[in-house]
Amino acid sequence: MKPVTPASGKKSPPDMQLTTQRYKRIATWLLIVIVLVLCSIQTKVTPYQLIVGLPQMGSLLQEMIPPDWSYVPTIWGPMLETIQIAIVGTTLGGIIAVPVALLCAYNIMPNKLVSIPMRIVLNLVRTVPDLLFASIFVAIFGIGPFAGMLALVFFSFGIIAKLTFEAIEAIDPGPLEAMTAVGASRMQVIIFGVVPQALPYFISYFLYTFEVNIRAASVLGLVGAGGIGLLLDRSLGLFRYDRASMIILLTLVIVLVIDYGSTRIRRKLL
Amino acid sequence: MIQFNNVSKTYPNGTIGLRNINLTIEEGELVVIVGSSGAGKSTLLRSINRLHDITDGEIQVDGKSITRANDRELRRMRRDIGMIFQSFNLIKRNTVLNNVLSGRVAYHSTLRTMFGMFPREDIELSLHALERVNIREKAYIRADQLSGGQQQRVSIARALAQEAKIILADEPVASLDPLTTRQVMDDLQRINQDMKITTIINLHFIDLAREYATRIIGLRAGEVVFDGPPEEATDEVFAEIYGRSIRHDEMLGGEV
Ligand SMILES: Nc1ncnc2c1ncn2[C@@H]1O[C@H](COP(=O)(O)OP(=O)(O)OP(=O)(O)O)[C@@H](O)[C@H]1O
Ligand SMILES: [Mg+2]
Repeated sequence: MKPVTPASGKKSPPDMQLTTQRYKRIATWLLIVIVLVLCSIQTKVTPYQLIVGLPQMGSLLQEMIPPDWSYVPTIWGPMLETIQIAIVGTTLGGIIAVPVALLCAYNIMPNKLVSIPMRIVLNLVRTVPDLLFASIFVAIFGIGPFAGMLALVFFSFGIIAKLTFEAIEAIDPGPLEAMTAVGASRMQVIIFGVVPQALPYFISYFLYTFEVNIRAASVLGLVGAGGIGLLLDRSLGLFRYDRASMIILLTLVIVLVIDYGSTRIRRKLL
Repeated sequence: MIQFNNVSKTYPNGTIGLRNINLTIEEGELVVIVGSSGAGKSTLLRSINRLHDITDGEIQVDGKSITRANDRELRRMRRDIGMIFQSFNLIKRNTVLNNVLSGRVAYHSTLRTMFGMFPREDIELSLHALERVNIREKAYIRADQLSGGQQQRVSIARALAQEAKIILADEPVASLDPLTTRQVMDDLQRINQDMKITTIINLHFIDLAREYATRIIGLRAGEVVFDGPPEEATDEVFAEIYGRSIRHDEMLGGEV
């Protein structure tokens, strides 16, 4: 047996590897810092700006406190509308996502002539931000919650379909084979082999998207697509920061409650 | 009766799975297929219910060609052929009863099964099937809460609920311990004898093959190199099937 402590002099191969690894790590960090600094100089996002803006932030906060509690009765209606937009938008988006997710998954739809175009459409939908959807639909259908709801349908469809088809591709193929062997039709293979395996994931993604949509729906009003955002925009325009803070506070409470509920359900599912 | 007429199978990548197989398996036989890894055992079994398409020849089940069956006929024929897998292939999150009931889907319309509307008789049949493999009391438990041996019995019950006339089992005991292995093999044998269900089992334990089979078929490189009763399958014969002498791990051991 050789002594465990390495002798001085030449480094053994594992040691060399360690050293190169360390250099690589330092180089990576250096690169990140350089990119950050360059970006902040280019876009003029600097700590200096933050310091200059600080006093203004203080005065704004001062005007926000205390929130205007008398405003609550006025904002209840739009707040409810916001939640409704999110519920309907997520539900419709989720429903459309199911067949599309099945058609995208290679293990269910081995015919690439179908699955690949489906994936391309899905990816296109996913590149459009929710507010852009909302602006487009406001332009088409006019100002109001319908445009906002439609925007969330597309937005939710994109998220849910993408996550679900990836979950479907990861399911155990065994039960599908067993159902095929039993003489099941393609639809029956999906119902008895795919659905029971993918459903918990689907519900989880659905709830997650609903959480995201509640937040998204509360700013849809900024582009005229209904919900609480419209009032927020108006309050800010009128410099009624006490009312704005009331809206923000209420939104925060509702988002927190829904996040809490949905996280609990999701944890139980998976 | 299952008939192989000049059956060959070449996989799309060029690998030869089966070479000119000619076999007739009579009703009520318990055939064990043996052969080293890659010999084509799974390919042979899966070509019977067309989970794998063959590239040449024809397979007939009870006088009807499954090779030439259209989609509808194929599903109809598969309905009569139960299959048991090494990895059980149950829906783990579903109850045992639901797993057994899923053997009935081919008897009903898609719409009806979609809403889980299985007739009362199907449920009776499924419970009865569970009774046959001695796990009736587990009917309402989630499948993943059972041991491996119990899960394999659920999959046997699924084939029984299916009212299969033929059972194909691809290494049904490969992931079980020796004790449960015997229980599952006993179940399969009992069902074969009591109900006259033609049973074809892929096994890699030589002693189990000799103990349970009424007929042993040896495969080597996609060809049938032995076909006869277990008494004729001596150690020398097995050495020839495997192309080498028998290894220790090819014996389950214990009481034979
Ligand atoms: N999907 C496939 N594509 C290409 N070749 C395959 C495929 N499935 C099996 N093969 C090949 O076909 C031959 C027979 O395989 P098969 O699975 O039938 O063997 P086996 O006797 O069941 O082996 P094992 O005891 O390992 O399960 C092997 O050479 C295998 O590599
Ligand atoms: Mg195999």
